[in-house]
Amino acid sequence: MNAKDKLFYFFYLHRTGLTVLALSTLLIVWPLIVSNPYNLGLSNLIAIHVLVVLGLNLFIGYTGQISLGHAAFFALGAYGSALGSTTFGLPAWPVMILTALAVALIALTVGLPALKLSGHYLAMATLGFNIVVYTILIQWDTVTGGPSGFAGIPYLSIGGLVFDNEVRFHYLVWIFAMLCLLLSLNLVRSGVGRGLAALAEDETAAAVLGVDTRTAKVKVFVLSAVFASLAGSLFAHCYTFVSPDSFSIFVSVDFVIMVVVGGMGSIWGTLFGSALITLLPEWIEVLENYKDIVHGLILVLILLFMPRGLVSGIVEMVRTRIALSRQRHA
Amino acid sequence: MTSGAIYALIALGFCVVHNTMGIVNFTQVDFVSMGGMFMFTGLFWIGLPVPLALPAAVGIMILVGMAVERLGIRPSRSQNHLVLIFLTIGLSIILRGLMKLVWGKNRMAVPPLMGETPVRIAGASILPQALAILVITALAIGLLMLFFRCTRLGLAMRGVASNHNAAAIVGIRVGRVKAASFALAGGLGGLAGVLVTPITTLSYDVGVLLGLKGFAAAILGGFGSFPGAVLGGVSLGLLESLSAGYLSSAYKDVTAFVVLLLVLFIRPKGLLGR
Repeated sequence: MNAKDKLFYFFYLHRTGLTVLALSTLLIVWPLIVSNPYNLGLSNLIAIHVLVVLGLNLFIGYTGQISLGHAAFFALGAYGSALGSTTFGLPAWPVMILTALAVALIALTVGLPALKLSGHYLAMATLGFNIVVYTILIQWDTVTGGPSGFAGIPYLSIGGLVFDNEVRFHYLVWIFAMLCLLLSLNLVRSGVGRGLAALAEDETAAAVLGVDTRTAKVKVFVLSAVFASLAGSLFAHCYTFVSPDSFSIFVSVDFVIMVVVGGMGSIWGTLFGSALITLLPEWIEVLENYKDIVHGLILVLILLFMPRGLVSGIVEMVRTRIALSRQRHA
Repeated sequence: MTSGAIYALIALGFCVVHNTMGIVNFTQVDFVSMGGMFMFTGLFWIGLPVPLALPAAVGIMILVGMAVERLGIRPSRSQNHLVLIFLTIGLSIILRGLMKLVWGKNRMAVPPLMGETPVRIAGASILPQALAILVITALAIGLLMLFFRCTRLGLAMRGVASNHNAAAIVGIRVGRVKAASFALAGGLGGLAGVLVTPITTLSYDVGVLLGLKGFAAAILGGFGSFPGAVLGGVSLGLLESLSAGYLSSAYKDVTAFVVLLLVLFIRPKGLLGR
């Protein structure tokens, strides 16, 4: 092995770590490159979506189940933090953790019965759960503020450092997002994660190989709900205002679109999918009336032609082209 | 009772597709609103009389159902249920977008099928629209049963439902059967939409909540079972009006989903599930 090969091997061996390092560096200098608060706000929103979609992608891609209710967990996180830190005046960080724990418990009660069944009962149970949460947010207006929303949520702070502008918040959310990304990357490569991958491929085979499929599904579901709850808390503290419109079932569907665009079961794809779908409305503002159709078309076309996501789909297409042209020249 | 009949129709649409393809078809939701839209178009843009506009709307919805299967589902040639279900979600978004584009976002009013003077039957007064819904739903369910028992296509569909591969081996064209199941689902959804929109007023997303409640009804009755779908729909409708009467009408929409979650807890196979 000569020096060049060694270098390539080094890159190949550490590809994940190096990509994480490169991404972190980019994120650290990002506020220096982009100073426009509006654009920074967009990238912060991407980070929040990444948090939710990471959990959802672990769940969809690694257990082969569908959740159409992640906006509900997102909502519970946001309103939990809002109520705890504003109405009850408790310190924000412990409230965030308590909310996440409560959401985990709720996810357990929703997921346990639905995941016992084979088939896609959970899709419906989560969808129903989302509608229940949404209706409560609107109807119980003495507590949640009703359709007009809940305002006056305090900013987060550590010591004297208050996260009250886009730049400060950028570092906060992306630290969360990167930590969850690292966690997911490591989870997927651990023994548990390999078991989950087997589960997504063929449930019976995985069970035969000794994967406890039922508890595995429930665990991942709860983990994804916790991610969504954290994202919700950050969302509430970032905008200091929440309203039920951010948590309808159509938001849940958007999260699912992000997963599919990025590629089911692809952790890196999550970043791409969240970024693309979050930015899309900015780019196609001209086509405001066609927004739904464009979203639907993207989902349908990707599923028809690249069921493994846009990134893997394009990479595979290029690989096939290269292999074909090599064969022709050989 | 009337909303129960509507839920039953929608639940039947879900069951038909579930039995032949094994997936949850989320476009069912939009078949309902679209049925109402075509009824509105037939009545006011073209000026058809009610007895003509109703079959026309249902007929168009049958075609739409077939088109959705042919253009949206079949080209994927995927056996992966996850991919197929997400496809129906995508198609449902597209259909909703199209409706928004063609008919706009405003709410529209569809007149009741048969006047507004209450009819008195055995001392109880009942709105003619409610009567029409019950009669037409019963008729549709009866026809559906005949279809499944006495026609070639109906029998073929039951064959595909019980075993996909075996049906293909004995020479049933599975693709055609799947298209037919979507057509049926479109027709049932469209009929539900035509019947319900005079009560609820019509808009592009009216079907979403109705459709999801229909789904809840299907699970309540045991997903995939036709008598279960009817029973589930009717009992859900009753439960809903009872809870609106005794508890709170603000949370009326929540009832269906709380019931759904409870059913999943206590008897996951539903009332009549195997």
